[in-house]
Amino acid sequence: MSRQMTGAEMVVQALKDQGVDTIFGYPGGAVLPIYDAIFQQNDIKHILVRHEQAAVHMAEGYARSTGKPGCVLVTSGPGATNAVTGLTDALMDSIPLVVFSGQVPTFMIGTDGFQEADTVGITRACTKHNWLVKDPSKLSETIHQAFHVATSGRPGPVLIDLPKDVQFASAEYTGPKTARTEHYRPKVKGDLDAITKLVEMMETAERPIFYTGGGVINSGSAASQLLRELVDATGFPITSTLMGLGAYPASGKNWLGMLGMHGLYEANLAMHDCDLMINLGARFDDRITGRVADFSPNSVKAHVDIDASSINKIIQVDLPILGDIGHVLEDLLKVWKARGRKTNKEGLGKWWSKIDEWKKVRCLSYTNSDTIIKPQYALQRLEELTKGRDRYITTEVGQHQMWAAQFLGFEAPNRWMTSGGLGTMGYGFPASIGVQVAHPDALVINIAGEASWLMNMQEMGTATQFRAPVKQFILNNERLGMVRQWQDLLHGGRYSQSWSESLPDFVKLAESFGWKGIVVSDPKELDDAIMEMIEYDGPVLFDCLVEKHENCFPMIPSGKPHNDMLLSADAEAFRGGAALV
Amino acid sequence: MAALNIKKGSSSHSAYDLRDFHSEVERSHTLAVIVENEPGVLARVIGLFSGRGYNIDSLTVAEIDHKGHTSRITIVTRGTEAVIEQIRAQLGRIVPVHEVHDLTTEATAVERELALFKVAGTGEKRVEALRLADIFRANVVDSTLESFVFEITGTSDKIDAFAELMRPLGLVDVARTGVAALARGV
Repeated sequence: MSRQMTGAEMVVQALKDQGVDTIFGYPGGAVLPIYDAIFQQNDIKHILVRHEQAAVHMAEGYARSTGKPGCVLVTSGPGATNAVTGLTDALMDSIPLVVFSGQVPTFMIGTDGFQEADTVGITRACTKHNWLVKDPSKLSETIHQAFHVATSGRPGPVLIDLPKDVQFASAEYTGPKTARTEHYRPKVKGDLDAITKLVEMMETAERPIFYTGGGVINSGSAASQLLRELVDATGFPITSTLMGLGAYPASGKNWLGMLGMHGLYEANLAMHDCDLMINLGARFDDRITGRVADFSPNSVKAHVDIDASSINKIIQVDLPILGDIGHVLEDLLKVWKARGRKTNKEGLGKWWSKIDEWKKVRCLSYTNSDTIIKPQYALQRLEELTKGRDRYITTEVGQHQMWAAQFLGFEAPNRWMTSGGLGTMGYGFPASIGVQVAHPDALVINIAGEASWLMNMQEMGTATQFRAPVKQFILNNERLGMVRQWQDLLHGGRYSQSWSESLPDFVKLAESFGWKGIVVSDPKELDDAIMEMIEYDGPVLFDCLVEKHENCFPMIPSGKPHNDMLLSADAEAFRGGAALV
Repeated sequence: MAALNIKKGSSSHSAYDLRDFHSEVERSHTLAVIVENEPGVLARVIGLFSGRGYNIDSLTVAEIDHKGHTSRITIVTRGTEAVIEQIRAQLGRIVPVHEVHDLTTEATAVERELALFKVAGTGEKRVEALRLADIFRANVVDSTLESFVFEITGTSDKIDAFAELMRPLGLVDVARTGVAALARGV
C-alpha cells in the first residue's frame, strides 16, 4: 500500500494507520499545511487547546487512562517551547506521547527565522527520542518508527519536527508494516534462572514485601491481573509508589497503602523491616527511599525493570531482572506454581501480626471539625460518594495530591493520573480534559489546590468547547499548601510568598465560561454539594474552602530514613540535616 | 543471603565478577559505543554525559560502516564501578545506540591515539628533539629550518611521555585525536 501524497497528508494518514482517534493541538504558521489536511477529514478529532503545555498534559491524561499513545500537534518556536514542560513530565513518568511540531522551511533553518527555535536541540533532553525530518520520502517511516519507540520498552514521549516545506512536498507514503523498527527492540522476557532464584527466595522469606510502581501500569492490564493473582496466592503484603496505585486494588486484603515521604506508616515500616523486597517496576525514587544509606538495611532486594539504567542506579540490588513486568510475572507465577506454591507460612504469620500492630497506629487519623472542612474529610466524603462509579481521578501537585493518594482507593489501573516524577503544578486540569475526551461518559474528577489549578485555568474554554464535563474539585486553602508546610516545619514559619492572594470568585469564573460553580465551606453541606457536582451534566468548578493550616502527615522528612517517620509536627525532628529537596 | 554479593559476571578474566560496586575508587574506562549514524547522535551521547554529571576524558567518533550507517564512538571516562555501570546502561537507553562495550572490563583491548606535535628550536635542542622522536618512533611530517611537526601513534601514556620530553625542547602546539580502541582476539 503505497501512494503519493503531501507531507501534511502523510501525517494524517499515518495517524489513522496507527489507530489514533484524537489529537490535541494549537495551530500556527509552521503547521498550517497539516491543519489544512486535518480540516479535510473526519476520522481524527482535533481538540483545540488554549496553551500548548496543556495540549501535552491532555495527551498524557488520554494516554494514561487508555494505555494508548497520546498525540499532540504544535507549531514552531513558541508552540514547541511551550510543550517542553509537558514533554519533561511525560519523560519522568514514562508516558507514551507522539508530538508533532512545525518548523521553519529547511532552507531557513539556522537563520533565526520568525518563530524558529532549535526544537530538536531543546527537546533532546526531554524526549525519549526526536527527529527532524528534512526528506519527505522518509516522513511516513519516521512517524511509524516514532510510534514504535514511544510505546516499546520503557514508554516515553517522542517528537517529530516538521519543516513547512516538507509538509508541502510530495512523496510516496508507506504504511506501518514496512517501517524499519528492528534496531529498537527492548528485551521483554526476563532471565529464567534469575526468576527461579527469586522464587526460591520467596519460598523461604520470613518478611517479604512487594514494592510496585508505574511499570506495572505501563506494562498493561494483564500485568495488573498477574500481580493480583501472585499477591493473593502468596499472601505477601504489597505497597506501591504514587505512580503504581490501582495495579493492586485498594480493597485487596494484602494492601498496605502507598509508601514514601507521605506514605502510610505500615507501608514504610514494612519496607524498612522486610527481609525480601520485590521491586516490580519502581525506581527507588528519593521520595521513596529517604536516606539511601539507611534504606531497608536488612533485606535482600530483587528488582524487575524494563530499563537497565533503573537497576542499581540508587539502590544496589541483589537480584536484578531485566524485562517487562507482565512477561516476568507470568514466568514467575509459572515457576512458583510448578515448584509447589510454597511460602514460609510461619514467618508470614508473624510478619502480618507485626504489620497489624503498625496498622493500629492509624497513621491517617486527623482531628476533624464541625465548623471547618478539613481537606482529609473532603476527600473521605468524595471517596465515599464516588466509589463504585466509573471514576477517573487526576490531581495537581502538592498537599491535595498526597491526601488524594492517601484517602482515595483505586481498584483498577489507569484510573489515577498524577504528575509524580516532575511534580508539575498545572498538570491535573488539562489531564482531566484528556481523560474525559477518551472516556466521554465517565466521571472525571481533578483533585486540585487553588494555586496549581490557576496555572492552566485557561483550559476552561477547551472543556466548554468540547463538552468535557470535568469536575474540578479544588481544596482551597488560599495557600501553596506544601510550600507553606515546609516553611512551617523547616523555615521557622516564615511564609515567604506561599499564599494565594487576589483569588478569583470561582463561582463567577465558572459561570463566565458556561460552567457550574459551587462553593462550600460548611462541613454539613459538603455531601449535598458533592452530589450536586457529580450529578451536574457539564463541567463543574467546585470551590471547597478548607482549613488553611493543615499539614500533611505522615511525613518522612527529606533525607531521613523510613523508621524516622513523623505522624504529626515535631519541631525537634526537623532540626538540622533535614533540608534536602 | 547476599553477603558476598558475588555476581556471575561479564569479566573475561574469571568466572565471577568480583568488582565492588560500593567502591569509592575511581578508575578510567574505555567504552566503545556503536551507534546509528544519524544527525544528533553525538549530541545525545555528549548531552547524557553533561546532563548526568559524568566525565569525558577523551572522545573520538567516525563512521565505520557507510552502507550500514553505523559509527563508532570511543569514550574514555572515569568513575567508580557503580557510575561506570550507570553510564553503560544510560548509553544503552539512547534509541540510536546499538551496542555499548566496556573495553576495560569485558576484554583486554588495544588502545591507540594519534598526535601531532609542533616543536620549534635550533641548535642542540633541535637535534635532541629529532633524536627523541626517533626513539619514540615519531615521524616528521613537516619541517622548516626552525621547526618540526612530529606525528606519533601509541597509547595515551606514551603520548603524554613524549609531550613531557618535548616541552623543554620548544613544544609549541599539540593536536591529539583521542583514543581509538578495539578488543583483542576474536
